[in-house]
Amino acid sequence: MSERLGVTPAQTVGPFLHLGLRWPDGPYVVPEGTPGAFWIRGQVFDGAGAPVVDALVESWQADPDGRFDHPDDPRGARPPAVPGFRGFGRSETDAHGRYALLTVKPGPLPDPDGAIEAPHLTLSVFARGLLHRVVTRLYFPHDPANAGDPVLRSVDAERRGTLLAGPAPDGFRFDIRLQGENETVFFAV
Amino acid sequence: MTQDTADQTGNGLVLPRYRRDDVDAHPPLLSPGYKSTAVRAPRQPLIYLPHRLTEITGPLLGEGRLGELDHDLTRQHDGEPQGQRIIVHGRVLDGDGRPVPHTLVEIWQTNAAGRYRHAVDNWPAPLDPNFDGVGRALTDERGHYRFVTVQPGAYPWKNHDNAWRPAHIHFSLFGRAFTQRLVTQMYFPGDPLFFQDPIFNSVRDPKARERMIARYDHAGTVPEWALAYEFDIVLRGRESTPFEDEDDDE
Ligand SMILES: [Fe+3]
Repeated sequence: MSERLGVTPAQTVGPFLHLGLRWPDGPYVVPEGTPGAFWIRGQVFDGAGAPVVDALVESWQADPDGRFDHPDDPRGARPPAVPGFRGFGRSETDAHGRYALLTVKPGPLPDPDGAIEAPHLTLSVFARGLLHRVVTRLYFPHDPANAGDPVLRSVDAERRGTLLAGPAPDGFRFDIRLQGENETVFFAV
Repeated sequence: MTQDTADQTGNGLVLPRYRRDDVDAHPPLLSPGYKSTAVRAPRQPLIYLPHRLTEITGPLLGEGRLGELDHDLTRQHDGEPQGQRIIVHGRVLDGDGRPVPHTLVEIWQTNAAGRYRHAVDNWPAPLDPNFDGVGRALTDERGHYRFVTVQPGAYPWKNHDNAWRPAHIHFSLFGRAFTQRLVTQMYFPGDPLFFQDPIFNSVRDPKARERMIARYDHAGTVPEWALAYEFDIVLRGRESTPFEDEDDDE
C-alpha cells in the first residue's frame, strides 16, 4: 500500500478564525494554579510595525522532564510529569496584537545526532494574509543548554536573538515580527 | 520500524520520518494578488529544520473537546437554519493513503446568505438566528469524518474591485504530529467565482487546487433530506515499512 497522494494545500485562516478556533481553555498549556507555571506574553507585528489583531499563536512542547505523551516518541509515551499538562496551547491575538500562554518550562531533549536540544516551545502562527502557517521556536534566556542547541546553532548569530524570550514580571516576553526589521526566524518544517 | 526508513544514530533514538512537501504543494507566502500577504509574509528565507522530537510528536486531542451536536451545524439551535442542507464527509489520510484515525477536525463557515456570525463581518446580508457556522468532529478508526450543515454562500471582500470569495468551508486539522498540522479551505465543484479569487489561485499547481474542491457525492445523499459532498484531506506522509502498516491497522 504505497499509493502516493498529493497533500491538500494550506489556505489562510482568514479574519474570522475565532469562530472555529477559539477555545476558552486555549491559552492553558497547564491548568491555572500549577506550581511553577508562568505566562508567555507577546505581540505579533506585521512588516509595517502594526500589531496583527487577527492572528492565532499555537504552541507545542515537552513536559518538564523532556517527555511527550505520544506513541511516536521512541523513548515511549509517558503521562505528563505535571497534572493537567496538555503540551499544546492556543491563543488568539487581541486588539493590540497580544497573545498569552500559561505554561511550565519544558525539559531539554536528546537530539538523534547525539546533541542536546535546549528547552524550547515550537510555535505556529496563523493569520489573515498568511496563506500557510509560519513556524518558529521560543528559547529561554540564559539557559546554559542554548549554546549547544543544534537549531539555534543553525541560525545566523545576528538573527538568533529573535528566538530568545525576554524576562517579564509574570514569566517571559516573546514578540513575533512577521516581516521587516528584526524579522523573526521562521523555519521550513 | 527499520533502519532503512528511520534515522538510527549514536544515542539510539529512532524517529519516524515525515516527507517534506513539494515546493508547489502549498501557496507561496508572498502572493501579490492577495493583498494582505504584502505586509504579513516573511521576507527572509525559511530556515530548514530537521524533524526532531518536538516535530514528530503533536497534540492528540480527543473526545473531551467535542459536544454531542458539534458535528451537526443544523441542530445547534431550537430551529433549523435557512438554506440547502448538505452532508460534508470524507477521510483524513496521510500521503501514503493511510487513514489518520481519531484526529480532531474543526470547521467554520458562513450561513446560507454568505455571512459569518462574527463581529467584524458586517456586510448587508442577513444573520441566521439558527446558525453559528461552527463544527467539530473526530475521525473514526478509518479516518472518516462527517458533518451536517448548510451550503455556505459567497461573500464580498475588499481585496480588489468587486472581489467575491467563492463559497467555502474553513477546515483545521491536527493529524498526529506537529509536521502534519494543516489549515485549509474546502471549495465546491464548478464555482463560477474561482477565476477571480486570489486565495484559491494562490496555489499555483492546478492539480493541487483540485485537491481543495469537494466532490458532489450522489451516492452519499439522503433522499428527501440532504445533498452530499465528499472531501478527502491528505496530510503529509510518513516513510514506513509494510510491517508498520500492519501495526497501524486497527
Ligand atoms: Fe472565509
